[in-house]
Amino acid sequence: MNFDPIILTLILATPLAGAILLALIPEQEGFDKGGESIDSKRHAAGALVVTLLTLLLTLHLPAHFNYHASPHTFQFEQNLSWISNPAIRYHLGVDGLSMWLIVLAGFLAPMGVLASWNAVQRRTRLFYSLFLLQQVAMLGIFMALDLFLYYGFWELSLVPMALLIATFGRTENRRRAAIKFFLYAFIPSAILLVAILWLYNLTGTFDLPTLQALAGAHHIAASPTALLLCSIAFLVAFAVKVPIFPLHGWLQDAVTEAPTAAVMVLAGKLGLYSILRFSFGIFADQSRHMAPLLIALGAAGIAYGSLIALIRTDLKKLAAFSTLAHVSFVVLGIFTFTVLGMDGGIFQILNESLIGAAFFLLLGLLYERYGTYEMRDYGGLASRHPWMATMFVITSLAAVGLPMLNGFVGEFLILSGTMQSIVVHHVLWTTLGATGVIFGAGYMLWMIQRVFYGSPGVRTQEVQGWDLCSREHLELWPFAALFLIMGIASPLWMRAIDTYGAPTATEIAPSGAPPSAQITEQIHSTPAVADSALARNSHIPHLTDARQEVR
Amino acid sequence: MNPQLLWLIPILPFSGFLINGLAGRNFPRAVVSALALTATLLPALLVSKLWMVMTATGGPPEIFLSSVPWIAVSGFHVNFAFTVDHLTLVMLGVVTGVGFLIHVYSVGYMAHEEGYWRFFAYLNLFMFFMLMLVLASSFLLLFVGWEGVGLASYLLIGFYFKKDSAANAGKKAFIVNRIGDFGFLLAMFLLVAHYGTLNFSTIFATIAASPLSGGFLTAVALLLVLGAAGKSAQIPLYVWLPDAMEGPTPVSALIHAATMVTAGVYMIARCHVLFDHSPLALTVVAVTGALTALFAATMGMVQHDIKRVLAYSTVSQLGYMFLACGVGAYSAGIFHLMTHAFFKDLLFLSAGSVIHALSGEQDMRFMGGLWKKIPITFWTMTAATFAISGVWPFSGFFSKDEILFQTFQSPNPLAKLLWLVGLVTAGMTSFYMFRLWFKTFFGESRFEHSSFAQASHGNNHASAHGNGIHESPLVMTLPLMVLGVLSLAGGWVGIPAALGGNDVIGHFLDPVFHGAAVPAAAPAVAAAAHGLEISLAAISLATAALGIFVAWLFYHRKPGTGAKLARRFQPIYSLAYHKYWIDEIYGSFVVAPLLAFSRLILAGLVDGGVIQGTGAGLAASARGSSWLVRHMQSGKIRSYAGWLAAGAAAVIVLALFLR
Repeated sequence: MNFDPIILTLILATPLAGAILLALIPEQEGFDKGGESIDSKRHAAGALVVTLLTLLLTLHLPAHFNYHASPHTFQFEQNLSWISNPAIRYHLGVDGLSMWLIVLAGFLAPMGVLASWNAVQRRTRLFYSLFLLQQVAMLGIFMALDLFLYYGFWELSLVPMALLIATFGRTENRRRAAIKFFLYAFIPSAILLVAILWLYNLTGTFDLPTLQALAGAHHIAASPTALLLCSIAFLVAFAVKVPIFPLHGWLQDAVTEAPTAAVMVLAGKLGLYSILRFSFGIFADQSRHMAPLLIALGAAGIAYGSLIALIRTDLKKLAAFSTLAHVSFVVLGIFTFTVLGMDGGIFQILNESLIGAAFFLLLGLLYERYGTYEMRDYGGLASRHPWMATMFVITSLAAVGLPMLNGFVGEFLILSGTMQSIVVHHVLWTTLGATGVIFGAGYMLWMIQRVFYGSPGVRTQEVQGWDLCSREHLELWPFAALFLIMGIASPLWMRAIDTYGAPTATEIAPSGAPPSAQITEQIHSTPAVADSALARNSHIPHLTDARQEVR
Repeated sequence: MNPQLLWLIPILPFSGFLINGLAGRNFPRAVVSALALTATLLPALLVSKLWMVMTATGGPPEIFLSSVPWIAVSGFHVNFAFTVDHLTLVMLGVVTGVGFLIHVYSVGYMAHEEGYWRFFAYLNLFMFFMLMLVLASSFLLLFVGWEGVGLASYLLIGFYFKKDSAANAGKKAFIVNRIGDFGFLLAMFLLVAHYGTLNFSTIFATIAASPLSGGFLTAVALLLVLGAAGKSAQIPLYVWLPDAMEGPTPVSALIHAATMVTAGVYMIARCHVLFDHSPLALTVVAVTGALTALFAATMGMVQHDIKRVLAYSTVSQLGYMFLACGVGAYSAGIFHLMTHAFFKDLLFLSAGSVIHALSGEQDMRFMGGLWKKIPITFWTMTAATFAISGVWPFSGFFSKDEILFQTFQSPNPLAKLLWLVGLVTAGMTSFYMFRLWFKTFFGESRFEHSSFAQASHGNNHASAHGNGIHESPLVMTLPLMVLGVLSLAGGWVGIPAALGGNDVIGHFLDPVFHGAAVPAAAPAVAAAAHGLEISLAAISLATAALGIFVAWLFYHRKPGTGAKLARRFQPIYSLAYHKYWIDEIYGSFVVAPLLAFSRLILAGLVDGGVIQGTGAGLAASARGSSWLVRHMQSGKIRSYAGWLAAGAAAVIVLALFLR
């Protein structure tokens, strides 16, 4: 039987059904090891089954993806009329941009359930229902090709997250953090809705491929200023969600408060994906106009996030700013509109999510044992928890971009793309972004040293911890394996990403001056010629001339 | 030989790392060491086979082997691909040969240590990355090895991670290296942007065929020099190497003397086409090298810790190699790299044997009179000391002499000055090395005053070996003896024509550095050069002898002279002893201001003030607007009408201006 037309609906329906089912089953009394009364594991187990099933279903996509489809087409499409007037359609589809993100969302969910296994002991029914609902929203965002449908999922992603933070937050500050998160996300979202409706008013459609075609042919009848304002409305809503520096005000509090499973999917991918899909899809010209600003913000965000992470002694705050630095890499890459930057940026979304998730998971394990995120209370844990230390080191190395692990491939391509781009001051932005390489190593290794090396700290002397149990091994090894495999065999992922990244970058890239990407494209397209130095020489004068013109 | 076997050279140590790293803690020590040693011995054998194939008459001058892509996007791709030419062969020989010897030595040295399996896993990991580094056929793959050896170095320096100083030193090494890598990365970004590839062969062919304007190549070359300065511990990034001595001694020998730290020299030699097109970058390399050589030697003359003396000496010798590259004498640089690998390795391993014999004492003030007690260590160390001091016919004489000669006759305007600096450094080198030699092996034994002497009494370790000071076991002394022979004879492959040899190594490397065969110089010119070379050799021999004589005078004939002079010239002595306060200067003029900037300006003012303030403002405005909305719903028709009018006006305005 051919599942292709309904696979996306199946992927969405599974966690949704799971959420409803779990909400209907009452909690059951159980006991932890110390005999304390807690909820039984029935909801956790149920959520694990549901999320594993979803993961299995998402794997259908890479297994049946057509790498030779023409650019800007979608696969596994399902396009049904939902409401005839206004014309809202249930339109789902996947391309090289979204495919691995869907698998990523599928992968992170069971990991989140495992991470919450012991961390969430009360009100498990609420927790896992909200968690699955959040996953539905996330998957829906990656699949929806109808703006209205998309907006529904977008709003849906806010509510469970805000409730998770407000209910399961760590300190009394959780309400405030949840409200802040919600306000930051909601106000721009409301403006996004206005912009979506305005677009509908002009074009009579919510359908993304149609809008994209109209925009591509300059058939949207509006003044350039109006379109620019509309694109800004889109971009700001997404930028807050990413978050792009300096719109990251909500991040630190939300990260500090949110339970591990929620924080693992908090930042990055939803906003970044939306920029790529909608801002670049509908507002190509406007995005190009704004690229210099966004590149500057990306580069600044890298340095800014890394420098603040350097002085934070609270592990979660450190992680929040490290997240900011890592998502800034993606912003920098995709706005260069070079093939390298675009592909590297999209690949880096995957890396950043995985590395961040593993990092938060590990922090959660530390917190479960010692009840604090303050680095100064730790110390000398490496001899007590050798496996945990190993995992921390592996994750940190992936985060600082050690070659042969995944982070390096993304960061390298992004910064190469920045250097290639012809945006003003591109050398400066590349240099600023590359400082993240130094500071990143600084704060990660500092963290490792303070927590794991040296003499035992206050807290670690008081409390007896234990090394990873088998469930925790099960959580962490898939991450470690992925870091290594994605670092060595990146083409496995890049192949799909490139089917979106290369055409998009080439189309949006400023015309006129030929960016180096086009020149290298020529070289690449004729591999036989590529190996002869003579052929290459004939291109290089063009390149240098073009660069001088630009300057 | 099937070229595909080349893959085994790095993969074998990597497998060793994986097996020992994942399961080693459950293995008996014998299994751990057997695995680790096999994973190093087999590559060494493969390399010797490769050597035979390539040097046989009619053998290929270069082997290129490509495989699956590592990174592939439209318009840019990097494959896992290796190139082996004669330069690679020399490096492979040094890395696998010396590497294997050190693995053997470590079996004895680490026998009593906790985390034995971890040590050998890391050591194999290092071998893997180092072999990747020398085999790489592109900048990016070289960078894999480059960063990877840094990682292995980080893990091994911090091997005794319970000690804060060790953990600090590991972190410092990694971060300082990262500053260098920052330069390396920027150089690669520039290369990608201009050539669309990072393959050595294509880039160098393009440069050779039509060099871009010097400015671009100089920028790339200078950024690469920054990278090399980090890895090879040159000014201004040398500060991590002395601290790296916190690692176990075999690590200091392998990573921080023989192999990893020479990666910068190797990289410059590998990129010689690029450097040859940028005289400015070459001059920077030469001046950096000469200054580092001199500067490090001054610090080496006053240290008390035996390993620190050797660490500064390494920095100083690496300076010589930079100097050689900087004057375009790449073969001489690689030659010195090789002999240095032999004798410096031996020095560290012998020092390790001394430390082992003294139950962990590293301070030379508590040594003395050891030559009868540990004779094998004494004799091997003597060979190494003569080699590094440049005494004929030990290996160091030939390589150092070649560098000084090439510097003297290079066309660089600073040539004579650089030569003089090199010569002075040579004198200092023989002084500090013989200072070490006399203080360690001669005179009265001062070990009884050491805190380690008291600690070792009744200690299991000491009683297992009989009482007190003891010679190391055969598994440690055997590598010493092999390296002793190499320290003596290893330089004979580079005896110049002037001294009756025929510079085998120079000719061996010619295909790499000069492409086609170099035309022989006219006999008259050659004869003049020979005369010059012999006189320069005589001068440097005399300088070395002077250094030895002064050391003998100060530390053997009239022991205590050194201490007296130190008191006499207290400020200068203190300056050198405290490493010119460079660490403190970096700390208070770079690190502290940076942290203060992040804390006060970024975290305090920007994030705490502006950004969080905006967030608070947002919340306040939400409250405010809810108040507004509440009051809009006043229930009074008049106010509703007013709002309606205002809304209509706003819609009209928007409709007019936005269409």
